[in-house]
Amino acid sequence: MEPILALELIVRAVIVSALLQLAFAMMTRWERRAMAQMQWRIGPNRAGPAGIFQPFADGLKLLFKEQLMPDGARPFLYLVAPCISLVVALTSFSVIPTQLGNWPFPVEGRSLFQIADIDVGVLFLLGITSLSVYGIVLGGWASGNKYSLIGSIRASAQMVSYELALGTALLSPLLMVGSLSFREIAQFQSGGAWLVLSQPLAAIIFMISALAETNRAPFDLPEAEQELGAGFHTEYSGMRFSLFFMAEYIAMITVSSVLVTVFFGGPILLPFMSADAFLFSESFFWYAFKILICMFCFIWIRATFPRFRYDQLMNIGWRVLLPLGLMNLAITAVGVVFQMPWWGYTIAICGAVALLYVGGKLSRRQESNH
Amino acid sequence: MDRVIDDLIALGKGLSITFKNYLEKPVTKQYPEEKRDIPKRARGRHVLHRYNDGLERCVGCLLCQGTCPAGAIYIEAEENDKENPVSKGERHAKVFDVDLLRCIYCGHCEMACPTNAITLENNTALAGFTRESLLMHKEDLLEPEGSSTLGTTEYWDPKPPEDLSHRVPAQTGEFDGSSTSAAAVGRGDLDLNKAPKKPTRKEGDNA
Repeated sequence: MEPILALELIVRAVIVSALLQLAFAMMTRWERRAMAQMQWRIGPNRAGPAGIFQPFADGLKLLFKEQLMPDGARPFLYLVAPCISLVVALTSFSVIPTQLGNWPFPVEGRSLFQIADIDVGVLFLLGITSLSVYGIVLGGWASGNKYSLIGSIRASAQMVSYELALGTALLSPLLMVGSLSFREIAQFQSGGAWLVLSQPLAAIIFMISALAETNRAPFDLPEAEQELGAGFHTEYSGMRFSLFFMAEYIAMITVSSVLVTVFFGGPILLPFMSADAFLFSESFFWYAFKILICMFCFIWIRATFPRFRYDQLMNIGWRVLLPLGLMNLAITAVGVVFQMPWWGYTIAICGAVALLYVGGKLSRRQESNH
Repeated sequence: MDRVIDDLIALGKGLSITFKNYLEKPVTKQYPEEKRDIPKRARGRHVLHRYNDGLERCVGCLLCQGTCPAGAIYIEAEENDKENPVSKGERHAKVFDVDLLRCIYCGHCEMACPTNAITLENNTALAGFTRESLLMHKEDLLEPEGSSTLGTTEYWDPKPPEDLSHRVPAQTGEFDGSSTSAAAVGRGDLDLNKAPKKPTRKEGDNA
């Protein structure tokens, strides 16, 4: 590779990382404001107008805080764990196509923020995000604290369980598109139906397992305050803690990006609209707008639902989401073989779910008759 | 499977509730800038009142000190100088200290006061950096010279019955001597040269 190209990539990577961290900062403030609003409060409003400088104040506080390391900690792993979390979260964003055409941030006709347009983007992203469990597990274990350890063990079990559901939910649209590149998935939806219309069940399964993958409420068992202190990051303070925090929020942005790109047409404005219908029919702004809606859903869900119990968590993952995902995958595979139109999948999947619903009700009635 | 779908519908209901709340106006008051209306009968910091002519209502009778369940009031009484009286009665309070850290804001002191000298007013913003700053002296408690109020007295509940044989001094400033000596507590705003309208059971003026 030419040095100038490498330099350009590095500069772009730095810009994207910086913007993601800014987005993280704004996200923390927005989350606090929105959750406060849902609880009839106001939320942070002292630092700057409507509290927009609150995240910077928090960041400064964390920077200047003393960074404690427990005596029982294993120093190398203890220090490296938050870095793993953050690096993984930042890296996985690099394959997301934030725009398809030239507007408004083109670099060689591609999006400025998509650093690597690789052919196996989905695979790369799944692989990298499953690395994020290392940051949590190593952090919890290396702290030498039993609550941290329990938190990280919960995290690993949870992430391994839900990765399966996540994978099966992603496989169905991938079968329809026939490509692992995020750009081609987005382009597949240009001028046609968004994949959420033909794969509604997969979209729902993806959303639920995405919540679990990012350790967000109601799946935040690894950091269940009432039981584990702060879970895997109990022993982390100051900037080291904030790296974990940052990683969690950036992972949320990445997961929302995948949801938007795979199911909601990526940067395309409306369903059935072609990517080059008019000048701004696809652009970074629509993509960012959809991400914001996803983020709001994350906040909304966190403000609404209490945390799952551990057995409920495992039940949902293994006995509901995974079988449903497999069923969805089978129906989609048959549909791909027979080259169904997009609404064929919708009808088949909704029909199957309705059948399961009626069947369940009937069998339950029979049970009660006995 | 049917249960899962029923559960999802229930979750949707929960989400709709939080979203409805999201559109509501916050109930938070931005305290130092924006203050809530305190109920009229709220019991905040004590105020010592004056008569219209500027003399203090407190006659140093120690009834409030005696009734205070928390022992928050400390009074040293002194004889009034006849030429230059401080209060309307025989005596006045030389020292009148209220320890706000001990006070439980029960309002017994204002109930006990025969001359309506002490009431608990609406100032509830009581904080200080030292214990000393929360030990209120007479100068801190006394209402400023030239003002003469009855404070929250008119909002007290229960109100005295209308057909009471004697008038309640706390509300009128008029005192009939039925429970303690009028010489001790003075005769309030009444004209001293005028005879009382109605002779009362026992006049203790010469006690």
